[in-house]
Amino acid sequence: MKLSEEQVRHVAELANLALRDDEIARMKRDLDEILTYIDKLNELDTANVEPMAQVLYKAEETATLREDRERATLGTATALENAPLSGSGYFKVPKVIER
Amino acid sequence: MNLSESSIASIRADLLAKKYSAQELAERALVYAQQENPKTNAYLTFSPERAMAAAIEVDKKIAAGKDPGALAGVPIAIKDVILTRGVRTTCGSKLLEHYIPPYDATAVQRIEQAGGVILGKTNCDEFAMGSSNENSAFGPVRNPVAPDRVPGGSSGGSAAVVAQGTAVLSLGSDTGGSIRQPASFCGVTGVTPTYGRVSRYGLTAFASSLDHIGPFAKSVRDCATLLGVIAGRDEMDATSAFAPVPDYAALLDRDVRGMKIGLPREYFENLESETGDLIHRAVEVLKNLGCEVREIRLPHTPYAIATYYIIATAEASSNLARYDGVRYTMRAKEAHTLSEMYRLTRNEGFGAECKRRIMLGTYVLSAGYYDAYYLKAQKVRTLIARDYAEAFDQVDAIVGPVSPFPAFKLGEKVDDPVAMYLSDIFTITGDLAGIPCMSVPCGATSAGLPVGLQILTRHFDEISMFRVAEAYQRASN
Repeated sequence: MKLSEEQVRHVAELANLALRDDEIARMKRDLDEILTYIDKLNELDTANVEPMAQVLYKAEETATLREDRERATLGTATALENAPLSGSGYFKVPKVIER
Repeated sequence: MNLSESSIASIRADLLAKKYSAQELAERALVYAQQENPKTNAYLTFSPERAMAAAIEVDKKIAAGKDPGALAGVPIAIKDVILTRGVRTTCGSKLLEHYIPPYDATAVQRIEQAGGVILGKTNCDEFAMGSSNENSAFGPVRNPVAPDRVPGGSSGGSAAVVAQGTAVLSLGSDTGGSIRQPASFCGVTGVTPTYGRVSRYGLTAFASSLDHIGPFAKSVRDCATLLGVIAGRDEMDATSAFAPVPDYAALLDRDVRGMKIGLPREYFENLESETGDLIHRAVEVLKNLGCEVREIRLPHTPYAIATYYIIATAEASSNLARYDGVRYTMRAKEAHTLSEMYRLTRNEGFGAECKRRIMLGTYVLSAGYYDAYYLKAQKVRTLIARDYAEAFDQVDAIVGPVSPFPAFKLGEKVDDPVAMYLSDIFTITGDLAGIPCMSVPCGATSAGLPVGLQILTRHFDEISMFRVAEAYQRASN
């Protein structure tokens, strides 16, 4: 067993997922199986291997920033079009501060 | 109009000969696609206004005697993880059921600039996470070749529309085999270009260090032409490469005599026998074309799936954090606090596989586990990339199977995540190394299920890959 039910609940907290109780049990089973499979990597000695964060062919070809110049933006109205709730040019969310 | 027999070149010739106009073609293609779609569920959304507007532009250019573009009038479908301005883009997720993007992906822009006509958006596994298209919130896609079977995934809809003749070309995305595996299952050609070759701007992020956009078509030639249109530096994606884009379609026909081709021993272990036979027969064709074939080793292949499921889920858990109920259309109704809004929206919006991957990714990145999982996987990724680099010191191209087995039955693997993941065992390594790779049809099993031959080459050497594929396709037809 890789994970306790408590750990699964803790990870769900971190991931902002309100998993239901039946989902917790299934998730625990699935993650156990996947993590057991992943243990395979421990067969390899990687002490002297550099980690690869990104595929890099020739860094100078790709590690670039674009020119810093003004460009048209979407605009507030367009940016808000997909908001579930908006008003006065802002995204609206439930109240965060109680008085 | 069934598009099975149409190609970029045939449509261009017909348009210039005035056999039909681009508008007529778009209309007929849309009617046929809408009529046939219930058989496969491959399209999620049609975009007739956009298609007709693009077709009108092509007709105007032809009437004015101007070049109508490399993709003039060609009906194209776009995987629903790639953004299309004004056309619903769901990512196969309930969370984005009503999402209308405010901008176009660079690849989409380039297709329309080249005269391509976008018919609609194709079904896929939710956020491109899956190998069977069964993780779509809008129902699975049925394989056009065998309707009780999966089309593969995650780009199942994009493979199916080309196989079904409801589009000539399509775009898919590949993070861990999601173009090549469905191409092989549906009997079409599919290409995963070098990482960075095609801008990811407007491709909904799943695992940013592994995500690729790539083409599907019936033929190698049409895939090469479409890749030529969408490839090349884009300042909107800092990882897009400056490497010049050759005229792929013009360089396809070069002789492959004397090319050195490697068969990785590891790709022939645990193969279903009929798949193995078909791959060996394809290798014989390449030998007869004058290729020098030798066995090579890619010793870290057995570690690819484990490596991938750490790196891809870690990146996904970060990328999918943006779906929090604030910006993207869906918000849980019963949420009263900010925290409830995040947690309930995400739990209601994401399907089981997305949640599994978000959970796994969050776990491997959580305090105390980083070195054991994420760092370890990044080191093994180096070893996998090194395997290929060493192999390419000896050979110009690598060939093998795309998948260990052909299309499986709907429902067959849904309850066993690891068994599902193993269908990507030969395709995931190419993504981890960032090299170009493709699937080209190489026959069918006795049950009539298509099998794909995989071809892999060095970074940015899509040309060698296309040459091998084209020579094979021509010889085997």
